[in-house]
Amino acid sequence: MLFWHIFLAFFIPGILGYGGGPASIPLIENEVVDHYHWMKLAEFSHVLAVGNALPGPIATKMAGYIGYEVAGVTGAFIALLATVAPSLILMIVLLNLLYKYRNSPKVKRLTMFIRPTIAVLLGWMAYDFFADSYRSSGWIQMVALAGISFVLMEKVKVHPAIVIMAALVYGAFFMAS
Amino acid sequence: MLGYGGGPSAIPLIKQEAVDRYHWMTADEFGDVLALSNALPGPINTKLAGYIGYRVGGIAGMLVATLATVLPTVLLMIVLLVFLTSLQDQPWVKGMTRAVVPVIGVMLLTMAWEFLKKAQETLGWLKSIGLTAVSLVLLVFADVHPAILIAVILIYVLVRPVKQQGIANDERE
Repeated sequence: MLFWHIFLAFFIPGILGYGGGPASIPLIENEVVDHYHWMKLAEFSHVLAVGNALPGPIATKMAGYIGYEVAGVTGAFIALLATVAPSLILMIVLLNLLYKYRNSPKVKRLTMFIRPTIAVLLGWMAYDFFADSYRSSGWIQMVALAGISFVLMEKVKVHPAIVIMAALVYGAFFMAS
Repeated sequence: MLGYGGGPSAIPLIKQEAVDRYHWMTADEFGDVLALSNALPGPINTKLAGYIGYRVGGIAGMLVATLATVLPTVLLMIVLLVFLTSLQDQPWVKGMTRAVVPVIGVMLLTMAWEFLKKAQETLGWLKSIGLTAVSLVLLVFADVHPAILIAVILIYVLVRPVKQQGIANDERE
């Protein structure tokens, strides 16, 4: 039953996550944190932080780790399979059909129309993270960290991995309690 | 391994290997494969890798290419996080968690903004704001499961008739 839940938790984001890896982040969070309660939001933020700091596709990194955390190596394998296999199999089975329609307006529209919903999901998740940060660190630390990391990532164009590392080091020294 | 920053950043790297270095396909074919993967949900890298692997070496090629994309970083991720979790009661690890949460918040917010900007460029203001508002109300206030909302939108887009010109384009191909 647990394996079936793991499969579902990653199959649904895998099959609905139009728009690449980031689109599936809030869908995975919805299943893992809100629905199955396998981890708390703060733990999920670890997964996202480490996932963002490491190279490679984000959805599979999250699936592999969360699957492992919930049910060991078998869990990791099932979660990865659920993330990767459905669209891969579809791609090979429906190859000719898809090839014919690859430039069809309808297909392009799928991603177009899904974007606002994904934006809401991502924005709402961001709100959850800020609320969590406010509760555990107070608003001064929260605003300072958010503001500085925003300027570094978006204005100075520092690589996110470096910003995450810097935040981790800062936290280890100055926010320990 | 070098594709930092999520799927899209690895696409040029994959193209360089598959087209320029190993000559498995032409740049045009690569463009087609990319368009194909965009038409399907899920992470783009594994679809690209899986399909190119399949073209080059059949099912075995597909498995090898997908594993090569996924495995190294998943293993690294498990090792790092298991280590971090084993120390989670240490004060300094708690400090790390606290510091990283708002940074992740900013990253998510930036992603949300990029999705909105893209939506506005392709759909126009009216439809983007409409869809955003409807999604917000349904997801946050009515607590609808996101999978249901997305499935409904996808079905609507597929079923809805496309404008005349779009159909003409389709038939010409």
